Amino acid sequence: MSKYSVMKGPEAFLPPAAACEGVVLPDPGQGLIHGEIVHEDLVMEAAARQFLTAKVPTLFPGPLVLWNWNENAAKKAVAIKALYDVLKAHNPGALHIPMPDYRPKYPKINPAIEINPNHPNLTIWHNKIDVCMFVGVHCHMANLSLKIIRGGTDCYTIAMCAQAGHEDAMLTFRDASPDKINRLTETVRRVKASGDF
Amino acid sequence: MDSKSLIGTYNKKGQKIVDPDYLFFEAPRERHFMTGSEVVREAIKRANVDVSIAYPITPQSEAAAMVGDLYVEGYVGEYFRGENEFAVMSECAGASFGGARVFTTTSGPGTLRAYENFPMWVGSRLPIMLNMMVRGVNSPLSIQPDTLEIGLIIDTGMLIWHAESAQEFFDFLLKGFLVAEEPDVHLPIAVCIDGFFVSHTKDDVLIPSADFVIPPYNPYRNPMPAMDMESPPVRMMRDPFVMKSNYISYATQASWQQETRAACERSRKHTIRLLGGLIEEDNSDAEILIVSSGTAVAQGREAKRLLAEEGIKVGIVKIKTIRPFPYEEVRQATKNAKIIFVPEFNVAGWMAREIKSTIPDNHRVIAGPHVAGGMTMPPEVIVTEIKKVLAKKKETVHG
Repeated sequence: MSKYSVMKGPEAFLPPAAACEGVVLPDPGQGLIHGEIVHEDLVMEAAARQFLTAKVPTLFPGPLVLWNWNENAAKKAVAIKALYDVLKAHNPGALHIPMPDYRPKYPKINPAIEINPNHPNLTIWHNKIDVCMFVGVHCHMANLSLKIIRGGTDCYTIAMCAQAGHEDAMLTFRDASPDKINRLTETVRRVKASGDF
Repeated sequence: MDSKSLIGTYNKKGQKIVDPDYLFFEAPRERHFMTGSEVVREAIKRANVDVSIAYPITPQSEAAAMVGDLYVEGYVGEYFRGENEFAVMSECAGASFGGARVFTTTSGPGTLRAYENFPMWVGSRLPIMLNMMVRGVNSPLSIQPDTLEIGLIIDTGMLIWHAESAQEFFDFLLKGFLVAEEPDVHLPIAVCIDGFFVSHTKDDVLIPSADFVIPPYNPYRNPMPAMDMESPPVRMMRDPFVMKSNYISYATQASWQQETRAACERSRKHTIRLLGGLIEEDNSDAEILIVSSGTAVAQGREAKRLLAEEGIKVGIVKIKTIRPFPYEEVRQATKNAKIIFVPEFNVAGWMAREIKSTIPDNHRVIAGPHVAGGMTMPPEVIVTEIKKVLAKKKETVHG
């Protein structure tokens, strides 16, 4: 069986879960690029390049960082806003769209102002988002969304996960912390300054 | 609070919270002679369980009653008897939704009565520990050992481990909590033993001091929000988008199911580390193999010894996890085998089906011998089956 790569879609009517295709989550200090385990620094570089070359780089913060439910969440929120400010300064088309909750909403969400895990493709299509990063989304809901996005859109997905990472994203970090998000922001600044992206 | 930060502190009962690796691999252990039911008591005593609910059904009643004793002694946070098994499993779901570490036990018809809850637990990502002491489920009624019950839960999406001995049972119960509660797994786990053969017979078990416990469950690492009535899965059950007839609802439901299967796959990494692998091999380069799980392996081991006395070399492959199934491990372990016997304590032969669907050249698999309904499987029965098949092969070769 050839090794499965987690690439941007649209992949299939119903794309497989990457874990069922043999993709294994990284250990601490590592991340995934297209399903391959690599050193986390490489994921930082790759994410920075994706953000800097995107037409509509977008952050999707979820409930774990939208609500001030502990000190760490508040620090992460500040770090995410700082990352967004850097992206926006580089590209005025950058977006910051929350996933405030996970309820299926009828008749439908307003895709200009929010993303929903049950039909995240609507927000991607509506805003023509080509690179996005999930952060602060509960792992089950993030994986649900990442698979649907890979199945039906050509958006490049990045996950900044506070737990073990997401193999259904094209790039994943694990053990997200305010420091790690700040490191990503610094990497974006550094790669931008180098002009090599 | 991260439950790892509690290591070195004490729980309400005064037990010291220790690193699980210390408890599993380093802490001194003492030898005890006890039944499988008593093993449940000793494992749960060291497991920092918040809630335990059960309903009596043979052969698990004694174990459930002993957990009740632990509640009285202060080792378990809450304990009660449900109205029936369906109620028990629903109540376990409620406790788990609320962020509790939950333990329950069941057997035979009780498992089937509760069945609807198991895929619901999975879809809701509830890491409930279910001990199944398996027995007959058919009419005419049998309370005796029979593993058909495991085959019936195989595709619910739960993790399913099958312990061969009282020692394995003790270790699987404690380690099972850890694997099931990993945030990338976070699924219910069924730790199965063969009723009576393990639950009611006494065996040597090495156990660490009851002064130690594993860290408590941390619901804030849950891959879903715990008990949020405005969010799925709770909200989904009240206002089920899956009931809507549109493509998005179907795609979400499908993706949801895929994610729970993915979670089961992710458990491999954690399980291999804690159990030392998903299978155990003994002489597996032999041309004749016995492959099975539970006490059928113990009987196979004895058959192997009897055959060795006659100069017939046989290997053993023990399967510890039914879900996730050790596909690659079984393919590798059986690659040199010419004949693979799969003894089972059920008439259906679900383990043989699993193996046939896993390996190349599956004509090598002999589904049997089988016994059921409480029958024992003397090693001589396995020996006879192996010799019968070998004699037939010889006949074919020589004309």
